[in-house]
Amino acid sequence: MSTTTLTPAPAGSAGTAPSKPAVADEGGIGLRANLRHIGALARRNLLQIKKDPESMFDVLLMPIIFILLFVYVFGGSVGASLGGNRQEYVNYLVPGLMAMMGLNIAMAVGTGVNDDFRKGVMDRFRTMPIARSSVLIAKIVVELGRLMVAMLILLGMGFVVGMELHGSVFGLLGAVALSAVFGASIMWIFILLGLSMKTAQAVQGMAMIVLMPLQFGSSIFVPTQTMPGWLQTFTDYNPLSNLADAARALMQGDPVGNSVWWTLAWAAGITLVMAPLAVAKFRKKA
Amino acid sequence: MGAGLLVDMERIDKNPGNGRNAVEVRGLVKHYGETKALDGVDLDVREGTVLGVLGPNGAGKTTLVRCLSTLITPDAGHAVVAGYDVVKQPRQLRRTIGLTGQYASVDEKLSGWENLYMIGRLLDLPRKRARARADELLERFSLTEAGKRACMEYSGGMRRRLDLAASMIGSPSVLYLDEPTTGLDPRTRNEVWDEVQRMVAEGATVLLTTQYMEEAEQLAKELTVIDKGKIIARGGVDELKAKVGGRTLQIRPSDPAELAAMAQAIREAGLDGVAGAQAVPDEGLLYVPILSDEQLTAVIGLLGVRGFSLAHVSTALPSLDEVFLAITGDKAAPLSDQAPQEVAA
Repeated sequence: MSTTTLTPAPAGSAGTAPSKPAVADEGGIGLRANLRHIGALARRNLLQIKKDPESMFDVLLMPIIFILLFVYVFGGSVGASLGGNRQEYVNYLVPGLMAMMGLNIAMAVGTGVNDDFRKGVMDRFRTMPIARSSVLIAKIVVELGRLMVAMLILLGMGFVVGMELHGSVFGLLGAVALSAVFGASIMWIFILLGLSMKTAQAVQGMAMIVLMPLQFGSSIFVPTQTMPGWLQTFTDYNPLSNLADAARALMQGDPVGNSVWWTLAWAAGITLVMAPLAVAKFRKKA
Repeated sequence: MGAGLLVDMERIDKNPGNGRNAVEVRGLVKHYGETKALDGVDLDVREGTVLGVLGPNGAGKTTLVRCLSTLITPDAGHAVVAGYDVVKQPRQLRRTIGLTGQYASVDEKLSGWENLYMIGRLLDLPRKRARARADELLERFSLTEAGKRACMEYSGGMRRRLDLAASMIGSPSVLYLDEPTTGLDPRTRNEVWDEVQRMVAEGATVLLTTQYMEEAEQLAKELTVIDKGKIIARGGVDELKAKVGGRTLQIRPSDPAELAAMAQAIREAGLDGVAGAQAVPDEGLLYVPILSDEQLTAVIGLLGVRGFSLAHVSTALPSLDEVFLAITGDKAAPLSDQAPQEVAA
């Protein structure tokens, strides 16, 4: 037991009770300690996955199902309008699905957080000398890992159905990295939603309503040229279009234009706004 | 509310030979909308002692603990724990406290060992030390076997013990136990009590909240009774019983036939402050509520002068349950003036 020196404050003299001389770092948490905490918390999230392997089903199956569905249902028709065949559509679709993967995993983060943060263990984390953001960052680190697994399966599946890459390996890696960065920014939105809403079902319902128009009102699945003007305005500003276009150009070695910068700007903007809000929400949630 | 109830507020400070205060709370207020969960709470816990905070559901006990463990910020007032201000120095404070809540605060999916190791790492123990500490605490809390299994398979008592172990990893100087045995069966409750007593023997300062009188009596010498966010009584266990409920004098006459005559003699004598006397022939006992030693002497003296022969005399404090019911239940009359119950249990 540690012995703490304490001078009793005179009763009723709020504000005058003496406190221990401030320690050198004012109780702050150094970067190395912070990384260690994130590591320990990420380990917790990984152990949870290990004990509940079914929680990886979405990551393992979603890419396979999406590829099969879209390539074989829409592929022939859309491919023809792209001036080619189903093969043409595979090259168009896979980078778009990379963008979509991040979004769908982010949605799962929201529901997971809602469940997890209801539990008593969060109270323990909140009473420990760790940065409260580390709990959330650990979750995002692990979810990014899950996203990487989904991307690998997606690319593998893409090659199985005949995807061709005309860009460099760096272009491919760049496309993966860009999708991950954007996915992480979306995760902050869903963490905030997950912390704010009462039930996991509510989070999911909300997510569907927001995500469906965003996903389909973009260049993820089909080129936007045939859409009406008002919708094209929406799709042009939709960050998912930027991301899908950027990934496509990077993977196929086409000129990327401003799409990469737009995507990064969106990701940075969303993170800068949402991450502090999410951490504040986590801090206050009592 | 019985103002006379705030027994000897300064008592703790005057108590000789004790150490410093590990917890000092002054005028703590926390509102939830219209509800005043805490309505100006003052309390002290001396270093190395247990303070029992007793109160019914919704009295504000958990809110108090959450304020003192930096989980929520009070609206007004001031609290210093282990020398740190709970609002201004939450990070330093978190290094010195341990919390075991009403609901187990361990990860259900992880094993007991994995939980303890994780907490050790979060408290900046090196890997090796964190491993050793996890093994050590599992053994101490008789959980070595269960340590490998996921916590969701644990019984309520095992979970609570693991929770206590988790709170001990950082060797906190101040421990908050928020209703540590609520929902446990009596046997498991005893296990948890044993552990708490052990922690205190090793020098921890404990703030314990409970709804159970028995628990408060077992673990704490000092009590604070809280209801609707206000402290309504405080003092030592015996003192509280004595001050709030008074004592009951139990007299067994040599000849049970004299019971009624004795009761009448006392009632008619008009002794100062003696409210009444009740004969219970079935038990062969005469019950006389008294508030002081002087009254006791006067009653016995009177019976002697009148020539009654007494076989046995004893005094009983009211049970803490009765005290508690009296304080939190009927607040119409100021309790210190209220006559003690006619028939003590």
